[in-house]
Amino acid sequence: MTNSIREIPDSAGFFVIGSNTTENHPVIGSMIKNEVINKGKKLIVVDPREIELSRYADYYFQINPGTNIAILNGLMHVIVKEDLYDKAYVEERCEGFEELAKTLEKYTPEHVADICGLKKPQDIIDAARFIAGLKPMSLYYAMGITQFVSGVNGVKSTANLQMLLGNLGVAGGGVNPLRGQNNVQGACDMGGLPNVYPAYQPVTSEDNKAKFESAWDAKNLSTKPGLTLMEMFNGAIEGKIKALYVMGENPVLSDPNQHHVLEALRSLELFVVQDIFLTETAREAHVVFPSFGFLEKSGTVSNTERRVQLMNKVIDPPGQSKDDWWIIMQLANRLGAKWDYSCSEDIFNEMRKVTPSYAGMTYQRVKNELIQWPCPTPEHPGTQFLHKGKFSRGKGLMTAIDYTPPAEGTDKEYPVALTTGRVLEQFHTGTMSRNSRILEELSPEPFIEMSGHDSRSYDIVDGELISVSTRRGSLRIKVRVTDTAKPGVVFIPFHFKEAAANVLTIDALDPVAKIPEYKACACRIEKILPLDEKGGGR
Amino acid sequence: MSKSPDATLVQAPGVTLTIDGRTVVGRKGRTILEAALENGIKIPYLCYHPRISRTGACRICLVKVNDTMFKTACTEPVAENMKVVSEDAELAAIRKDILEMLLSEGDHNCLYCDANGACELQDLVKRYDAQMPTGEFPRRKREIDEASSKGLKRNEDRCVLCGRCVKACGEIQISNVWQFTGRGSKTHLTSGLFEKIGDSPCVNCGTCSQLCPTGAIMPQLPLGNGFNWELQKESSICIYCGVGCKIDFHKNKEGMLVKATGNGDGPNEGHLCVKGRFGFDFMQKPTRLISPLIKENGEFREAAWEEALDFVAGKLKKIKADSGPDSVGALASAKCSNEDNYLMQKFVRAVVGTNNIDHCARL
Repeated sequence: MTNSIREIPDSAGFFVIGSNTTENHPVIGSMIKNEVINKGKKLIVVDPREIELSRYADYYFQINPGTNIAILNGLMHVIVKEDLYDKAYVEERCEGFEELAKTLEKYTPEHVADICGLKKPQDIIDAARFIAGLKPMSLYYAMGITQFVSGVNGVKSTANLQMLLGNLGVAGGGVNPLRGQNNVQGACDMGGLPNVYPAYQPVTSEDNKAKFESAWDAKNLSTKPGLTLMEMFNGAIEGKIKALYVMGENPVLSDPNQHHVLEALRSLELFVVQDIFLTETAREAHVVFPSFGFLEKSGTVSNTERRVQLMNKVIDPPGQSKDDWWIIMQLANRLGAKWDYSCSEDIFNEMRKVTPSYAGMTYQRVKNELIQWPCPTPEHPGTQFLHKGKFSRGKGLMTAIDYTPPAEGTDKEYPVALTTGRVLEQFHTGTMSRNSRILEELSPEPFIEMSGHDSRSYDIVDGELISVSTRRGSLRIKVRVTDTAKPGVVFIPFHFKEAAANVLTIDALDPVAKIPEYKACACRIEKILPLDEKGGGR
Repeated sequence: MSKSPDATLVQAPGVTLTIDGRTVVGRKGRTILEAALENGIKIPYLCYHPRISRTGACRICLVKVNDTMFKTACTEPVAENMKVVSEDAELAAIRKDILEMLLSEGDHNCLYCDANGACELQDLVKRYDAQMPTGEFPRRKREIDEASSKGLKRNEDRCVLCGRCVKACGEIQISNVWQFTGRGSKTHLTSGLFEKIGDSPCVNCGTCSQLCPTGAIMPQLPLGNGFNWELQKESSICIYCGVGCKIDFHKNKEGMLVKATGNGDGPNEGHLCVKGRFGFDFMQKPTRLISPLIKENGEFREAAWEEALDFVAGKLKKIKADSGPDSVGALASAKCSNEDNYLMQKFVRAVVGTNNIDHCARL
């Protein structure tokens, strides 16, 4: 998030796109609801599903999956055409406006309504005028923006809109991605990415190589960017990746195209998994290391607003399990390293020396103060919101972006759009939530969400078991008929191994971020007929 | 659940008043109760809570103002030169009377109440030496519903009609499930239009149970149980989404996790969702991994750490030597700490010698 959770009361309005906030980030969802319902703040919601927040929205756009860029361009088209944008801000702080404006020309409300599957183009005009009057307006998004082959462009489009309206670099504004895992921010900050060292310092830079060789007392650090997760799986199938070490992840359930992932894992010479349960992924491993769960360890995590907080040890770990960092250190030392960390704080203190955005933090400070990175020195109070006064890169770059459709459109053979996501009571692949009694009782089984309109077309009733197929695979799953779904679009949560949504999803990737297109692919719905009605099969 | 003071109010001009003869400075727009609490003067209360708007229902915080009138400290704003008496024999007697009326109205038996030892009513009963009144009092049948909801238990015989739950749901969670219905002595709680909470649109965030001053609304316990005075609590950060809610986890004498409560110092300001509130018992499931495992002939067998680590290190060395460091890859984790992730990427880069490190950021 460019801005902070505690700025929610500072916003005059909220633009929520591709985020089912009340189910996936419920505490922030409640804070937004409080502003809108109890204090009369304004709300615009864009989502293919009629999510809870849409009920309180001043404008709600139920777009087709994968058409975020079109609706954003459509709103900006009106804002530019009617001269509603923040001219002084754009002129002084941004660049690239002319090109953006030129690209926006063709995104007329009628054209956009057609792409997005909206009935009333006039709503786009009205909403554009409405949001131009909301100062400051904060924009929230989640995986409903990013998990497309056009994910990076979707993110850039949200930034375009907020720059155009002068809502970046101000309290209560911002582009605010809601991160879906408790330390996904930190894992990125720490360099758990193939192209960057901690604090996003590129591995291709010779300066960075020299810096880290000296800090780590290492030789010949590679300047070649590594492979992303999906590329590693492809590499395994091609025989280029021979060993894979997975800590605390369950790609068999979480990654697209499950058959492909299993094939990759089974091609490895050495597959090591470090986890708290024998997950679907761990079952495929040659060696499994038992590690501590979150309440058994101490250490820091960084939340969606860049705030670093301390985890404390609450309970004793079971059996022979060990702390993740301890296991890594044992392996490193067997491969010739001479690491000697005695606790997580030792590691933090080394980390902050090579991580400029964390350099001013200590365990003591993190415990007693609210600190958000960047925090470059021990005296620095941390940063509540980014791009204050001027953008980190100098001028805010507006990017002219055209709408591109999802990799796999619907057709005669696969006529229904499938989108995936989470439900309130479950989380990700269920390793934690499905092993929690109350959560599992609240949401015990997989389902496919379908509109009343579609259920009638297919002659399917609520609770009926049906077959869903894509070009990757098929599964049987119970139907939940609901008004949440848009006709022609179905939704399956991906938590459930007994009907794993990722058997169906496509492994098409965004070319830059390599993020898979979980939010849109084409599927076919079929009624399952009892044997005697099939007339001898087909 | 404490809330960090509202910035605008912290900067509000000071107002000087006396409480029990002591000169204290309150803030313009805030109440006598808030001024007292900020200055360490413990005026008792039941319906007040820092996270919700002013109620003034329970009358326990009644104080004397300027020797002339009784005011509820939780609703009366401070004024310059105001003279407040927070407790004297008369006020104590009034409070005792109110408490005894509350006792007579319900079934406040601590013997089988989950709130025993962590009950604000019990504390006040002790403080004012209130007794269960003798004699017959008309008793209304009240709702007891311990099973319809997976997340909450409701026993209205322990309800003091303070309204905290109504406001927790309407001002913090914003689901507006709890409401009062009925009039006068027939006033009671209702979960929307539904008789049972389990039938209502409640999303089981459990914030009402956290704010309830008695045992009227309690959370279901997924795992351990224990007397409140035996529980130990330690804070950590929620393991689920990226909001980073700060949570106090409570464990019993045997070390089993019992419950989770929102901590007011985190970005959540004390609020939690159903996952933060109830999704922790996986930690102590018997199916947790407790030993390193090595697969032999398709079956896992338990192994000692030395053996498992030596095995992996040997294989890694060989693969690195035969096929080069770029034939090795690793996945860090958005579920592990910054320290774990830092070390994993350092291992891959400095020890193995490749940049093949990634994690599930995109999933």
